[in-house]
Amino acid sequence: MREMVKMIVVITLLAAFSGGLLAVVRDATAPQIESQKLKFVQGPTIQSIFAEADNLDTVLNDRFKIVDGDTETNFFIGVYDGKPSAVAFEASAVGFGGPLGVMVAVNLDTDEMIGVGVTTSAETPGIGSRAKDEPELAAQFTGLPLLQPFSVSADGGDIDAISGATVTSKAVVAAVTSAGKIYENLKPQILEKVGAFAG
Amino acid sequence: MAKTLAQEFTKGLWKEIPPFRLVLGLCPVLGVTTTVENGVGMGLATTFVLVCANLLVSMLRNVIPPKVRIACFIVVIATFVTLVELVMQAYAYPLFLKLGLFIPLIVVNCIVLGRAEAFAYKNGITSSLADGLGIGIGFTMSLAALGAVREVLGTGCFTIPFGAKLTLLTADWYTPFTFMVQAPGAFIGLGLMLCLMNLVPSK
Repeated sequence: MREMVKMIVVITLLAAFSGGLLAVVRDATAPQIESQKLKFVQGPTIQSIFAEADNLDTVLNDRFKIVDGDTETNFFIGVYDGKPSAVAFEASAVGFGGPLGVMVAVNLDTDEMIGVGVTTSAETPGIGSRAKDEPELAAQFTGLPLLQPFSVSADGGDIDAISGATVTSKAVVAAVTSAGKIYENLKPQILEKVGAFAG
Repeated sequence: MAKTLAQEFTKGLWKEIPPFRLVLGLCPVLGVTTTVENGVGMGLATTFVLVCANLLVSMLRNVIPPKVRIACFIVVIATFVTLVELVMQAYAYPLFLKLGLFIPLIVVNCIVLGRAEAFAYKNGITSSLADGLGIGIGFTMSLAALGAVREVLGTGCFTIPFGAKLTLLTADWYTPFTFMVQAPGAFIGLGLMLCLMNLVPSK
């Protein structure tokens, strides 16, 4: 009996101590982790698609969040000709090697895409990873209206897939399509937040 | 027979060097050693966990009841692994992007659990520290060596850990043997290195 109590007490204390320690560390590192993620995961993509924006240097800070159900999406504001007229946000789909994230920048006035870039992917190096490393696939979206479903040419759409990386190409297309849905659902809120940013 | 502290430390560097001598913890060995840098990063993370877990298990060895010792070891190890994961995300994010999936797997790396069970639970604090440090450095060296072989043969480049990337074998005469940076190349590289080590006569 005494042994039993001792086992329970030791494990409970150990687990409580570990849990407490991790909670403290997690809280302490959370802001740093978020800024690192922005800098290394989304940052390079955003800066390449907003290359001509006026606020290129501060674009990572010009952001707001919209919570929709369980998901929280970060929106980055692009300023063109002194006016905040574009937002970029991330959407994802399942690729060949896991989740694939796509950053989509859209012009708020015309609903046309300014640029698309792959942010995170676990695709096969040298095959699916070309969707991220080479611009051919993503560049096809530039200038197209976002509010429509996209598909690859093999499925009757307009987007030419990367040969040898069909699954990855379809994932990029699916992610852009889901970005369109997010944009459609949240547009009133986006406009409101961007308006607040301008004012 | 009591060993000296120096012996506890140096046994991890050759006589019981993981993964070659113990052939334990092969998952990260095979998975991350595509470059030297990844190998060293993984090795250092494992060393940290190993030293801290050894230290704590050895400190608590009289308190932990034998029947639940494995559960306690896992709690201790998992705590340190999560710490490493958080700190790496906060301060070495590019490395975390490369090692990502493998960091949580340090929890189930049998070297760490093996040292806690076979050594730290039965020995004092200082010798457990020496043991953890020795095995950890041995593990880091093994990963770096395997990473170097695979990276040089597989890509023709050599990345100085956390530094510059050098091109050793230039493209004009060397076609990168990409097989070496894929998973089967890891097995073959590991096997050949194990074979070479066994050719060296042991006392």
